[in-house]
Amino acid sequence: MTILLNGESFETDGPLSVSRLLAGLDVDPRRVAVEHNRNVIKKAAYGITVVREGDEVEVVNFVGGG
Amino acid sequence: MRPNSEPARRSGAPGQMADTPLVIAGRPFRSRLIVGTGKYPSNDVMARAHEASGAEMVTVAVRRVELNRSRESLLDHIDTERYFLLPNTAGCYTADDAVRAARLGREAGLSSWVKLEVIGDEKTLFPDNEALVEATRILVGEGFVVLPYTNDDPVTCRKLEDAGAAAVMPLGAPIGSGLGVQNPGNIRLIREAAGVPVIVDAGVGTASDAAIAMELGIDGVLMNTGIAGADDPVAMAEAMKLAVRAGRLAHLAGRIPRKRYATASSPLEGVVGS
Repeated sequence: MTILLNGESFETDGPLSVSRLLAGLDVDPRRVAVEHNRNVIKKAAYGITVVREGDEVEVVNFVGGG
Repeated sequence: MRPNSEPARRSGAPGQMADTPLVIAGRPFRSRLIVGTGKYPSNDVMARAHEASGAEMVTVAVRRVELNRSRESLLDHIDTERYFLLPNTAGCYTADDAVRAARLGREAGLSSWVKLEVIGDEKTLFPDNEALVEATRILVGEGFVVLPYTNDDPVTCRKLEDAGAAAVMPLGAPIGSGLGVQNPGNIRLIREAAGVPVIVDAGVGTASDAAIAMELGIDGVLMNTGIAGADDPVAMAEAMKLAVRAGRLAHLAGRIPRKRYATASSPLEGVVGS
């Protein structure tokens, strides 16, 4: 399936949970925040939130700033 | 009653003036200096500068994870047991985007605090006041502790406070400009009118700028480039720590009035030969 990940087209097997998506990206879930179709997903819900074809996902973290 | 404006009291050590803590939304900070995490030459220099600054709160930005390359996390270099993280909404140009960034920052971080920025102009990075007030109202309604970066305008600051801001953070000068406090009269008016802490945010270029800001009676200073962009960020961080403390003490001590002519410091009587 194709999703929009951080603003870019991204191919992955699916549907899949946010947890599995992050694991596939080698991203530590403790250090990021995830938005799924414009809704911020609580960390506790990563396992039960399902990403499907055409969904929009944003994965953000903290970087240096003022 | 204005917070953080109580007179200094003598502490145990002779000659040492005790200051009250900076209290924002009920949380006390011993340091009145808040520092950023951007633009340091390395993460190691940043960590040492944070240490030298004595700051207890550091700002961070929220950005997309770079997926194609593995990179170390900023949080590997910030002890979150020691430094309170203040996520910002830098780079947001609408209230909607700023609210979205704030919600993500809350989930990525450890608190509901946000340094709210809604930028209105690319060249000056001046805030969009109208959108800032709107975003403040929305986020306060969602339980955020909102610290808005704002113009040095007393009316906007009053509107932000009315919208529920936990502090107001007027700019001293444009972000990264190093020009120092450009409008001390307004900063003073904002401090006099506000019922929440006033933090001068942005524009500090060197230690004297920070001292001048604190001498105006404001409650704290937030800076990033002034430290991170210095030739020696660790030394400048210590200079800023001392300057913020010096300016605060000078404010509490009460300066002498400015006069146009001299007033002798030594007795006028008893001069030999008179």
